[in-house]
Amino acid sequence: MQNKILGRVYVLGEDIDTDQIIPAAHLVYSLEDPDERKKYGEYALSGVPAALAGLPNGNMPFIEKGKSHSEFSIIIAAKNFGCGSSREHAPAALEIAGVKAVITPSYARIFYRNAVDGGFLIPAESEKSLVDYFKTGDQAELDFINKNVTNTRTGESFSVKELGQVSQIIEAGGIFEYARISGMLQENTHA
Amino acid sequence: MPMTITEKILAEHAGITGVSPGENIWVDTDILMTHDVCGPPTIGIFKQQFGEKASVFDPEKVVIIPDHYIFTNDKHANRNIDILRDFVKEHNLPNYYDVGTERYKGVCHIALAEEGWTRPGNVLFGTDSHTCTAGAFGQFATGIGNTDAAFILGTGKLWVKVPETMQFIIDGEIPPYVMAKDIILQIIGDIGVDGASYRTMEFAGSGVEAMSMEERMTLCNMVIEAGGKNGIIAADATTEEYVKARTDAPYKIFRNDADAKFHTTNYYKAEDLLPMVAQPHSPDNKASVRDVQSEKVTRAYIGSCTGGKFSDFVAAAEILKDQQVAVETFIVPATTEIDKLLRTTQINGHSLMQIFENAGAQIGKPSCAACLGGPADTFGRTHKDEICISTTNRNFPGRMGSKSSQVYLASPYTVAASALTGKITDPQEFLN
Repeated sequence: MQNKILGRVYVLGEDIDTDQIIPAAHLVYSLEDPDERKKYGEYALSGVPAALAGLPNGNMPFIEKGKSHSEFSIIIAAKNFGCGSSREHAPAALEIAGVKAVITPSYARIFYRNAVDGGFLIPAESEKSLVDYFKTGDQAELDFINKNVTNTRTGESFSVKELGQVSQIIEAGGIFEYARISGMLQENTHA
Repeated sequence: MPMTITEKILAEHAGITGVSPGENIWVDTDILMTHDVCGPPTIGIFKQQFGEKASVFDPEKVVIIPDHYIFTNDKHANRNIDILRDFVKEHNLPNYYDVGTERYKGVCHIALAEEGWTRPGNVLFGTDSHTCTAGAFGQFATGIGNTDAAFILGTGKLWVKVPETMQFIIDGEIPPYVMAKDIILQIIGDIGVDGASYRTMEFAGSGVEAMSMEERMTLCNMVIEAGGKNGIIAADATTEEYVKARTDAPYKIFRNDADAKFHTTNYYKAEDLLPMVAQPHSPDNKASVRDVQSEKVTRAYIGSCTGGKFSDFVAAAEILKDQQVAVETFIVPATTEIDKLLRTTQINGHSLMQIFENAGAQIGKPSCAACLGGPADTFGRTHKDEICISTTNRNFPGRMGSKSSQVYLASPYTVAASALTGKITDPQEFLN
């Protein structure tokens, strides 16, 4: 796991559910096939209503039409990010689109677990909602050593919480890697 | 150490005498359930991690119920059913409810109960957030992702953070026009869509004890809409009667210790409860039907794991019999068993199906259908700016298909009454 993540920020509101992250109609694509997999990047966050897409102004697409990779690699959102369904396609779609970390004061439980156990992205938790302190397009530096995130435009820094009990799984890169390191799964179970 | 029902089940499945909230433990799985949307990626991860020739942890404990995208021409969706079929064949899995066969069931959470896979004291993991429905049987049941499911498929185990329990006590006699759906919409509205995050929601009290299993399932089904990890209701004679009629498998009934610790205890007086809706675009955007009646709707939908059970249709039929719907109305039985019952159960000489058809409703085939939008050709899916009143579970933007449509969540009574008038309507106008 990197100590720092530097990237452009995409800002969203509260209760962004998994249908907004990846609408159910697209869940038919394979996550293994290299071409089909790209569809998840193409449609990532396509369920967010236009007016709320890329705050504070809205109407800012997360992905340019026809592309599967976003220029935004950090999502800053208000509370309860990832609520709704258990679809692991949600954190996977964000990863495929190029998202490295999400920063929000709280996550829905299954999204958080999926992000950690699948090793898709870092689910960072801020002490308070940072939606009013970042604009879509700002650059942010997320620092896991100093446990803060800085808006490089304003110079303001905000604390983020320790990753806590799951940090070993995050550092290992997912539940399978963690289980191998901790001896629960044998090394040779890897195909 | 005093424990709650959920804590006791988790401790037993971790092979330890006691657990406390916040602890991370590894538990053994009794049943792993998956379906056509999350099964294929789960299988992909399983093969990648354990190898092409790896065996599943216990073929008897894997239950595969395709239900999401069944009646569609979407070639990728159909390909996903083939992936399930091939895996079942490769591993000789006995508990597969294949599409296009006599065994096909429909919505997994209702099928699990009907087929005897929901058992008190068990641990059930499923690759669907509404797996929490099975908590109605006094078991620990929760939704997981593909990676966790693949891990279980190979090992039979999963790590779980022991949740704190929030108690919801509903005492008294529930009014005849109020359904479990109204109660859970009230509770979600009171605590918010993240009001039970990482926690158990336990339902108890004389109001809950008097409920049928299907109504209890409705309560537990929607705990995920408050962020809950699992819902739970202590098993009793009603539970045992339902379970014994469907399986000979052993089960174990757990009860809260007298001095078990709860995060909070919330009391509801059954007599005060009212028909409720969740307004667009959030399940916690509550209003009593009385306060929003006469708001216009253009569509009514009765179906899903939340509101497509047999008793949901009996309720709808009470209101729709000898009437004509004023807006397009979709009826989707959750399972093939319910579909059969709708054809064989009669009220005043007409089957429930005839009542719906005579009222002008359209009938779909058992599956998840439009609850979650799905492929463009999904029955009942929204495509433009419909205002739908629905017995389903979520109404975030775009949930039923179109981002410009709006969804009100309500009980089968309220949806049926609203279908007759084209506006949100209190079922009391049509009941008695």
